Amino acid sequence: MDSVLASDRRYVRDTVRTAVKLLVVGHFAVGKTTFVGTLSEIRPLRTEERMTQAGALVDDLAGTPDKTTTTVAMDFGRLTLSDELVLYLFGTPGQSRFKRLWEDLARGALGALVLVDPNRLEHSFEVMDLLETHGLTYAVAVNQFDSAPVYPLQEVREALDLLPSTPLVTCDARDPISATRALIALVDHLLTPGQEYA
Amino acid sequence: MTPPRNRKALVRPHVVTAGRARPSRNIFDLVTLVIATSGGVGPLTPEKRRIVTLCQGGALSVAEVAGHLDLPPSVAKVLLSDLVDSGHITTRANAPADPADRSAHERLLREVLDGLRARL
Repeated sequence: MDSVLASDRRYVRDTVRTAVKLLVVGHFAVGKTTFVGTLSEIRPLRTEERMTQAGALVDDLAGTPDKTTTTVAMDFGRLTLSDELVLYLFGTPGQSRFKRLWEDLARGALGALVLVDPNRLEHSFEVMDLLETHGLTYAVAVNQFDSAPVYPLQEVREALDLLPSTPLVTCDARDPISATRALIALVDHLLTPGQEYA
Repeated sequence: MTPPRNRKALVRPHVVTAGRARPSRNIFDLVTLVIATSGGVGPLTPEKRRIVTLCQGGALSVAEVAGHLDLPPSVAKVLLSDLVDSGHITTRANAPADPADRSAHERLLREVLDGLRARL
């Protein structure tokens, strides 16, 4: 164990020079927050932006405070991967109407892991469309809930209409090893020749 | 597991940022690392003082500053940008490789992969 005081662990090590991010995306209640919390070395943090229903940041609307607003929450966590490198995981819902939030998230992201619930595959199309719009390469992980029936991956692949090259794995978002393997599948894919960087 | 979200900000975001929605400089990504310089907190607004005090402990990403202080990231960016301008905050080299530089990008991905594999 390191000798840093417990109260200081929230800070990034002095030697770190590079911070990178991966997105963990998927529909409501698919397990994004759990996934991020399982892997994060810090207590996962949450931020919220207030947006209009049209997807603009509220502050853009000076003088029109009573427009309908909604809150978009984002959970994120951190993993120190080496003395010089930290990885941030951002768990975020895939709603295309929050355009500016998405631009912010996608900028500089290495790629994305799409979490899917095999019982609600149809809810995953919007987020995959969004990733493609932003040029983000992704892998898909079926979050395998205990109670859910196990579907053959080939059926899931066909139902999601994935490209043959898109990795599809199963994972248990509560299990650090399983969750790490899902990220490894993604980064392996990002290293495959032919993957364009967004 | 999620904490209750009943904490209401005392001040509306546009008041904190003096009405500005965008930062004075566009250097901040959510994972840009920031740290306080050795100067004091001086005559700063309460929100800015909170940021500088937090960042005196070590480096944090912009997203973490926002998360720890319950600020929307867009507001944190405006305030951090001001604090860079005023010399209270500095960014730590954080250039996740120029996308055009394929070999540097690939090297970075390999570092990420190695780091993840080491956790198995």
